[in-house]
Amino acid sequence: MKFIPSAALLAAITLTAGLAQAETTVSVLLDNNAEVLAAFDALSKAYMAKHPDVKFDVEQRPGGADGDNLVKTRLSTGEMADIFDYNSGSLFQALKPEVSLADLTDLPGQANVIDSFKPVVTSVDGKVRGIPFGPAMGGGIYYSKKIYADLGLTVPTTWAEFMANNEKIKAAGKVAVAQTYGDTWSSQLFVLADFYNVAQASPTFAADYTGNKAKYATSPAAMAGFQHLEDVFKAGYLNPDFGAAKFDDGMKMVATGEAGHYPMLTFGLGSVKQNEPDNVNDVGFFAQPGDDAAHNGLTVWMPTSLYAPAGSKNLDVVKDFFNYVASKEGCELMEATNGATGPYLIKGCALPKDVPASVADMLPYFQKDGGTLPALEFLSPIKGPNLEQITVAVGSGITSAADGAKQYDQDVEKQAKQLGLPNW
Amino acid sequence: MQRSPYPYWFVLPAAVVFVTLFLVPTVASLWFSLTRWDLYTASFIGLDNFRQFFSEQNLTLGLGNTVIYAVLTSATKTVCGLLLAVLLTSGIWGQSFLRTVVFFPVLVSTIGVGITFTVLMHPTKGLFNVGLAAIGLHGPGWLTDASLALYSVALVDLWKGVGLATLIYIAGLAAISPDYYEAARIDGATRVQQFWRVTVPLVQPATVTVITLSLIGGLRSFDLIWAMTKGGPGFSSDVLASVIYKQYQAGFYGLSTAGNVILFALIATIILPLTWWFNRKEVDL
Repeated sequence: MKFIPSAALLAAITLTAGLAQAETTVSVLLDNNAEVLAAFDALSKAYMAKHPDVKFDVEQRPGGADGDNLVKTRLSTGEMADIFDYNSGSLFQALKPEVSLADLTDLPGQANVIDSFKPVVTSVDGKVRGIPFGPAMGGGIYYSKKIYADLGLTVPTTWAEFMANNEKIKAAGKVAVAQTYGDTWSSQLFVLADFYNVAQASPTFAADYTGNKAKYATSPAAMAGFQHLEDVFKAGYLNPDFGAAKFDDGMKMVATGEAGHYPMLTFGLGSVKQNEPDNVNDVGFFAQPGDDAAHNGLTVWMPTSLYAPAGSKNLDVVKDFFNYVASKEGCELMEATNGATGPYLIKGCALPKDVPASVADMLPYFQKDGGTLPALEFLSPIKGPNLEQITVAVGSGITSAADGAKQYDQDVEKQAKQLGLPNW
Repeated sequence: MQRSPYPYWFVLPAAVVFVTLFLVPTVASLWFSLTRWDLYTASFIGLDNFRQFFSEQNLTLGLGNTVIYAVLTSATKTVCGLLLAVLLTSGIWGQSFLRTVVFFPVLVSTIGVGITFTVLMHPTKGLFNVGLAAIGLHGPGWLTDASLALYSVALVDLWKGVGLATLIYIAGLAAISPDYYEAARIDGATRVQQFWRVTVPLVQPATVTVITLSLIGGLRSFDLIWAMTKGGPGFSSDVLASVIYKQYQAGFYGLSTAGNVILFALIATIILPLTWWFNRKEVDL
């Protein structure tokens, strides 16, 4: 019976050799947002349980402009990780995706992705280059349910009603509108989340804007966002430390009833969950109101996306993993990890019945026909990089709304020229 | 003229480093500043980047701020550095300890200093304004008031950088022979007269070093401003270096490179005549 041990040995050698050969380490670069990391961690662990031969090596990067810088530099020097997360829409276009990113058009998992998402990760050559990673978000205004109840206020559907509520909150000795220009990106909301209203007044704005025919400074509807920033500052509705406060401070103020309103994207609830878990149901949410109550709707942000750089050595493994991320199972795992903060763009992946109050406030917009519209950065490839500095300047009374809009038009022009768009 | 005793190829290692790391990038940046560049392709657009730089209000504001910031920090460091050096060489009690205290901020990381002062200068919760409120004063928004932010950062820069100026001045003062002071005293000069007639003229080599170093430092200053205000609020404390960095972040690589060329030209046009003038004065002495 001598041959049995040697056969077993041979089998063992082949097996280990096979394992050693198939062992793949996939490098990953993610922004350091806690929810992003938690979602990826859950997905990668579940995937590794099924594929013991694959390992993930996650590296973190800062968000915002510093992160943009890192992603662009690493892509262009060919040092990008096998998988990375980044914005969809106009910021994605600025990566020069047709050169820098792998083509994911034929990925089987794309069949699960809701069609409205695909255009925002499609490069100019018509190839799809990303898969959604996380829920869609709404841009609007968080409000304190406690202050609204105490003062007997109702959710506004026009800007005039919103300002009237602010006046009452201020009269009651509270901060009417929290602003957090210490995190400059948070200053852009009044302008960006106003796009649903802009499009109601001027339905072709996105196309005209891309074609160099419509400008912020000369379109009254588009100007309104800048005007709102100036108005809330001049009326004295802001918290005294608005210039230094940060995003987490803003969510805290509105969650604990220190401030009546905080304009923000709906991912803000994650901050409340983490820092003020007892107050999760004390915040409500409504879309940024415009002039006309009959056309009240929500400006929506598409999820960030996962991408693979062109020329990744582990592309086959990455694609297989992406199929998993885009599956119903992967989507439900993300939802279970971070809780429901907005609709996921994977077919058959429904939200649980029991959602926090502000998420429940957001869902009717999605259920109403024409109740939502993607933000301008998902309909046009151009977003000026200096918007956040300009909105801080307008929102702090340094620059007038009219000058701010003019400066932004100039900023947009630079971006359009850099992208080499026609007509610019 | 005597020929160097070393063969020419001795210069080769240094030349290779200099050419590949300094000369080539400098020439390349001159070229890229004339292009629209996305790191993959560069298309020649002539002087458009420079035109863009000077036509945009926020960019020209940055240029003005750079000069204000550099002159302000350089002047205050020179004056305070000299006064502190005179004080710390006068033999006062605890002299060595005080020298260490003054020099200490130079050793601390600039980013750390910036973050610390950002906390101290918070408009409502910062130590500065809480302290002012305690004695009944209403403190300003040090970093959030557009008209004040740049000066607040310059103040911190002074705090951080004055130690180095003091150190250079202490060395300069030590080089002045005590005979001059003795002669001045015999002639009946007061302490103030000694300072203006003996100390200031004779410490001039140190003054030249301090002004040149702090002016160059101020012109290309970036880390402290970035850590404290990121050029804000809005664009009000932007300097050339932060503007250049933001253009780079935005992916305007050509425009960003043009900004670097402008910064290079600005430093050269200010520093070259200044050192030439100082050197001439030194010869006159």
